[in-house]
Amino acid sequence: MSDVYIIGVDMIKFGRFPETSVPKLGAVAAHLALDDAGVDINDVQALYSGNLGQAGAMVGQRILAEIGQTGIPVVNCANACATGATAFREGWMSIKAGINDMVLCVGTEQMGKGLLGGGGKNKGIPTEGLLGSGTMPAVFAEAGMEHQRKYGTTFEQFAKVSVKNHHHSTMNPKAMYQIETPLETVMGAEMISYPNTKLMCSVNVDGAAAAVICSEAKARELGKMDRAVKVRASVMSSDPYQARNLQMPDVNSCTQLAAKAAYEMAGVGPEDIDLVELHDCFATAEILHYGNLGLGQQEDAGRMIDEGETALGGRIPVNVSGGLLSKGHPLGATGIANIYEVSTHLRGEAGERQVEGARMGLTHVIGLGSACAIHILEKAK
Amino acid sequence: MPSSVESSDHSDLLPVVPFLKNPAGADPYLEGARCTHCHAIFLGPRETCSSCGARDPMETIPLSNQGELYVYSIVFRSFPGIEVPYVSAIVDLDGGGTVKGNLINIDPDPEKIKMGMPVEIVYKTAPRKDADGNEYLTYYFQPRS
Repeated sequence: MSDVYIIGVDMIKFGRFPETSVPKLGAVAAHLALDDAGVDINDVQALYSGNLGQAGAMVGQRILAEIGQTGIPVVNCANACATGATAFREGWMSIKAGINDMVLCVGTEQMGKGLLGGGGKNKGIPTEGLLGSGTMPAVFAEAGMEHQRKYGTTFEQFAKVSVKNHHHSTMNPKAMYQIETPLETVMGAEMISYPNTKLMCSVNVDGAAAAVICSEAKARELGKMDRAVKVRASVMSSDPYQARNLQMPDVNSCTQLAAKAAYEMAGVGPEDIDLVELHDCFATAEILHYGNLGLGQQEDAGRMIDEGETALGGRIPVNVSGGLLSKGHPLGATGIANIYEVSTHLRGEAGERQVEGARMGLTHVIGLGSACAIHILEKAK
Repeated sequence: MPSSVESSDHSDLLPVVPFLKNPAGADPYLEGARCTHCHAIFLGPRETCSSCGARDPMETIPLSNQGELYVYSIVFRSFPGIEVPYVSAIVDLDGGGTVKGNLINIDPDPEKIKMGMPVEIVYKTAPRKDADGNEYLTYYFQPRS
């Protein structure tokens, strides 16, 4: 089986674009990625499209209607917040299988403002606020409180994640926000669901990201190895049975499963990873994943954020893009935007926020319900 | 263990969720299913066990009205029209089964709410009716001394 290389990858600046459409956002990102690769739509053999909000509406085909209806197969993917990474992985598999030499993967989303979450749509009466909360800030608050219960992690430590990621985003022109948020600002912001304040919740934004991936032979034939990024591992998992997880979504077990499989596939360990983009949909979530991804022991997560180990310049920088908290979280685009971020560092093109000497990085997303996707990427030799 | 309910005349109320059982002339309770193979416990009836995959009969069992607070969040912003704040709680019931619900009769204050604290289930008429005007019986958690 051929190794798979990213030869073009990009994202639009995340923001709010109510005047445009999902396919148009996807088309912009697709063109950016094709241009980055130096190829055009006639060169790709399949399109893997990720979008959640219009999952039944053939978004991939509508992207091709914008940029070129070449008759190639299109696969539309929806997998909650792992949607973009799932589309990328479907493309990766087609190259691994030898079916395709070069494919395009696009993730897009247009979102409204406001809380995401389930509940209240049953027959009978709405249960939100009667039988607890199905809002995402509350669900991830409860997940954070489990970490507090087990390891003593504090509200202040959770809040420091937001301080760090908002700081990182001041160096990322493609992030939704470039605003410093000191600790007292984060902790003093409107409390949404304790312990997550408003500044500890990811931003609902519109966005799109895309990647052109190909076989090693194709990358060499096109002379693209200089800036190519090798996909060392592509892994997914769903949540294994846990006694509580039908009542309390479990983002930990599936991440641990996927991380173990990803390190095995890549033949590396957490100590080999130079930077991580992980699923900080809420500040509480980032803390959980330090241990889940093996970046430290679970009980060390609070200390790691206290001592700046996961900040740019620290032992293992996490979410130097600004993360979902400040770059923004357009659900279907997030998984490919994370791949763009890590690839940009491996190419040495991340400017002010560059992780010096980065050779290998890891991306992680979680779609609640749950789908976990992890990719390990390496600078091509 | 008798459960606490506002009035003995509750059986005309509809259950807020299918696993809340509301028999005439008896106390309401939450119903679970236990796998006869691996003994995993679920809320409500099931055909198959998602823990071990067994298709052996699942036993229908009443769940305890007592348990301990596993984790919580204090919700200050919810969907439009939902009264805040409230405490969203995950409770592990004695003898098995985990339930999510509102924790009441406690200040919505992290200084007051202790993970691991004993709680009990109370059943009350829900403060909401459906579109046809039907009333519902719901459950809450409250601290247990």
